[in-house]
Formats: sequence, C-alpha cells, structure tokens
Amino acid sequence: MSAVLQIKAIKEKSKYGFEELLRARGIDLPPLSIETLQVNITKLCNQVCRHCHVDASPQRREMLSPEGVAKCLELLEKHPQITKLDITGGAPELHPGFDAFVERAVALGKHVMVRHNLTVQLDGHPQSGESKAYLPKFFAKNRVEVISSLPYHQEYFTDAQRGSGVFRKSMEAMRRLNKVGYGVEGSGLLLNLVYNPVGPYLPAAQAGLEADYKRELRARFGLVFNSLFTITNMPINRFKLHLDKSGQFEAYMEKLLAAFNPAAAAGVMCRSLISVGHDGRIYDCDFNQMLEMDAVDAKRKKLTIFDFDFGRALERPIQFGDHCFGCTAGAGSSCGGATV
Amino acid sequence: MSNYYESEDLKKFGDIGQHAKALADDFFKYYGNVTGTDGALSKREKALIALAVSHAQKCPYCIDAYTTQCLETGANPEQMMEAVHVAAVMQAGITLVHSVQMQNHLKKLVL
Repeated sequence: MSAVLQIKAIKEKSKYGFEELLRARGIDLPPLSIETLQVNITKLCNQVCRHCHVDASPQRREMLSPEGVAKCLELLEKHPQITKLDITGGAPELHPGFDAFVERAVALGKHVMVRHNLTVQLDGHPQSGESKAYLPKFFAKNRVEVISSLPYHQEYFTDAQRGSGVFRKSMEAMRRLNKVGYGVEGSGLLLNLVYNPVGPYLPAAQAGLEADYKRELRARFGLVFNSLFTITNMPINRFKLHLDKSGQFEAYMEKLLAAFNPAAAAGVMCRSLISVGHDGRIYDCDFNQMLEMDAVDAKRKKLTIFDFDFGRALERPIQFGDHCFGCTAGAGSSCGGATV
Repeated sequence: MSNYYESEDLKKFGDIGQHAKALADDFFKYYGNVTGTDGALSKREKALIALAVSHAQKCPYCIDAYTTQCLETGANPEQMMEAVHVAAVMQAGITLVHSVQMQNHLKKLVL
C-alpha cells in the first residue's frame, strides 16, 4: 500500500461567502486578458510537500497526453496575445515530453517559465531513476525563467514543509543553477524563489523577506537569485487536511477573511491567465483546477484546449470559491507573488 | 467556562470597549500605531520585543498572538527563542541585582 494517500478534491461549501463579499463591496472581477497559459503537465513529483495543493507525490501518474501538449503549442502559436507559458506540476520535468514542450514554446517566441522544485536535479525520476542533472544547462540553453520554492533561507522551515534533506539539496541545486548563470547579474537568466508560510499564517512583506533571503543565502552559501515571490497557502486539499486535523481550519479562514484587501482582489491572477489540467480541461487557476472547478463560458459550457476559442475564454465568468480569500488577503498572492 | 484562560477568548479582545468605548478606541489606536507599522524599529523587531514581554508577563494570549506575528513578519525560531532568553535573563538579572540591597542590609545588621 502506498505511503501517500491520494486526496480526492473536496468541493467547498461557500460558508465564508467570497462572491457575496465581492457583491457587497461592488467589486466585479471579469478577465482582463489571457497573457499566460499555465499548464499542469503532471502530478508526479519526487517530493511530498505537506502544503501541496496538487497533492503531488512519487505515486501520481497523471500526465498531459502528447495530443494535449500539441494542442497547447497550437494554441500558443495561434494566439500572439498569449505571451507566456508557465509549466507546472508536480515536477514538470518528470513529464516525458517536457524538454520538447519547452523547446517548441521557446521557438514560438514565448516567455517560458518552469516551476522547478530544485531537488529533482539531484533526485532524478522517482519511478525510472532517470537522471535530471542536465536541467541547469537545458534551462540556460533555452533561457527559461526558473521559479523555485524555498520556504525559508534556513533548514528548519524548509525541511518541515518539503521533507527531510530538501534544504541541503536545494542549496546544491541552486549552486548548479548559479554556475550556469542563473540569478547572476547581467546574465539575463532569471532564477526566482517562492516563499510559502510553513503553517496557517500570512506571508511577511515580500520586499523585506527578499532582502533577508539575499543577505543570508549569499553570506552562508554564496548563492544568488533575482526575486522572491511570497505566496499564501490555499486552504484546499493537503493543506486543508492538515488544517482540519489540527483544528485550525476555521481560524485560518477567519484570518484570511479579516485580511481581505480589495486592491489584492483587483490583481488576482485569474484575470490574466488560464490554467490547463493534464486532461486538457481549462480552469481559471491552478487552485480551481485541483478543486475540479472547470472554467466555463458565458453559456456555462466547460472550456477545454481541444475546442479552444479565445473570445469565449476571455468572456468567461471566473469561478470563485472561499479558497479565493487566500489570493486576496493582505498584500495579495499569485503565482508571481504579492499583487499589491 | 472551565479554565481562567480560554484560547477562544483572544478573539474577544475587542470587547474591552464595552462600558468604556472611548478609552478602548484610544488604546487600540495607540496599539496599532505602535505595533502595526514599520518605524524606527521594524514590525519584526517590535514583534520580537512583544514576544519577550509576553513571556515576562506570562500572558498566554500574547504568546500565541506574537508567535504568529513573529512568523508573519519573517522572524525565525532562533530569533524568537533569543528574544525569550532576553526576557528570561532580564528577570534573572532583576532578581540577582536585588541581592545588592540584601547585602547592604546584611552589612548594616551584622556587627
């Protein structure tokens, strides 16, 4: 029996009334554009992080099919308005078509971002054992933006969230990325880090934390990076299970609700991206994807990459739930960090 | 109520305005101005001071609140434990420095 329990997506009841609050405040949040195509190409991961909203693990098997990858590339080619491809997972590098997907999107002139967990460079493929040590050079050759989670500049918080030994491996992986130019001033190779709180509390101010990370990582490990993105933990799936088990769910929701910030609401990422799942279904964001809240057009028809129409997608009513309080609390939260 | 301190009661802090609203409003404004903003001290430094005071004053509400506040301002467990040690050593020092008074009196009493 697997040591990792797969958690079925739990549909939330709207107990906290996110949409009601928007209405009461007169806040309307239609899509503004579709600049980013975010694609979750696999739930397979070499790590089992305690807060992971994807419930990713070495046991997962979900992969975007070759037809799905081709359709995403076709969609990128056809729509110049979509300038960015954000590839996520799981550990997206474990998808057999990852390298080709990156290369072809780069050839289309798209800005490609990879949500790279660092440790996969050292761990390799958890099922086949295939080495992933080539990744720093591959990333540099294709000049992709690398975005990597590092919950703190010390071992204690990092290993508590991401597993024993992850901090040490992350430092080595960052050293390898720095060696090929990532994060190094003047190289143009972007290495951005992601901070997540290691529990049910809000992130510290992004700028101050970034300064701490830069000072500490340089002084203690000689490592450099470009920017730090602070991201709030969403009260869904694996993190919600932890909150429920520890009796902290309601207190966390109340914290998010009390910190609701209309300016952060205006900047939510779902207004400028769409998220694609491993089966080609389209969602308003990666969190909605994990809750299986499909994006729908104005006639409530579900959107997929296989019958994609830019106009229909742009006119869609964004699907909100109580987890959205995570993106609107305090300084806001998105895949690119704070929004305010 | 089964205990003198209930963690749920922390949420009722705002209720101190009952029967004395103007004074409570003054207090919360002052409280927010002191602890809620970066000034000559950062919010993190203020949170660490407050955590130390919480221990010295043995306030469970404050310990919970400022443990969270320390994390939300980017402090780490080493900094938080050092802050508690500052509180502890101050209390020990305050006790010990009073021995000077004891010695002064001892000298007066002993022939």
